[in-house]
Amino acid sequence: MNPAVERAVPELVELRVPCRPEWVALARLAAATVANRLSFSLEDIEDVKLAVAEACTAVIQHSGHGEFIDLTCEALSDALRVRVHDSGRHGSPADGGPAMTFDEARVAGLGIFLIRTLMDEVSYDVHPQLGTDLLMIKRLAPGS
Amino acid sequence: MTTFNGKPRKRNLDIKVTVRKAHGDCYVVDLSGEIDVYTSPKVKEAIGELIDRGVYHLVINLEKVRYIDSTGLGVLIGGLKRVREHGGSVNLVCTNPQIKKIFDITGLVKIFGMFENEDVAMNALV
Repeated sequence: MNPAVERAVPELVELRVPCRPEWVALARLAAATVANRLSFSLEDIEDVKLAVAEACTAVIQHSGHGEFIDLTCEALSDALRVRVHDSGRHGSPADGGPAMTFDEARVAGLGIFLIRTLMDEVSYDVHPQLGTDLLMIKRLAPGS
Repeated sequence: MTTFNGKPRKRNLDIKVTVRKAHGDCYVVDLSGEIDVYTSPKVKEAIGELIDRGVYHLVINLEKVRYIDSTGLGVLIGGLKRVREHGGSVNLVCTNPQIKKIFDITGLVKIFGMFENEDVAMNALV
């Protein structure tokens, strides 16, 4: 491919998985594969895997009742940007959603804590009708 | 059970759970594979069955666990909470640096006894 054209094509990977526990492994492996292409360290790739899995788990366990989870991984020049979209219409993963037991809320809080600790930037975008986006960025270490 | 076209779908879990009796009233739970939202119910069931039988001193061996997430941590915390109600304890064997890191950053390293090998973990049970 012409190098100029190649540069113009965004390095974007999109994956739609059923909103069920057995598909979380695929989502985290997809994110890890993109992170690997960006030359992240093995430790950073594991961080990305866990953060994506926690995001998907939050959607499955504590959020709305969407049929799918949409994962978008974008390879930037110095970072990986990940979006996890939940088409359910309840609260954001941050508030844990409705009707949780104390123990469920504690585990959900642990998941959100891990995401915030392992990724460099984390934000939510809540659309009352369209669902919730969890946006995460992991930056490449200088010199990577 | 999940279904596919109305038929039961075979569950292919990437987790192996083995329970074995050690000395006295202590048991070892060997876990191998990945502990996540899909596989953690199997781990929860195994630990729960032991506690239901009155086993309150456990070593959970994570040496062959490649991955654990918050649902896996939740299962371990739940087990620890239950055995402590009976004066028991849970010690973990963990050598994988990535898994140790997760226990470190969540502060759980201060709650569980964490050891490099099974003999030491067993000897340290309360």
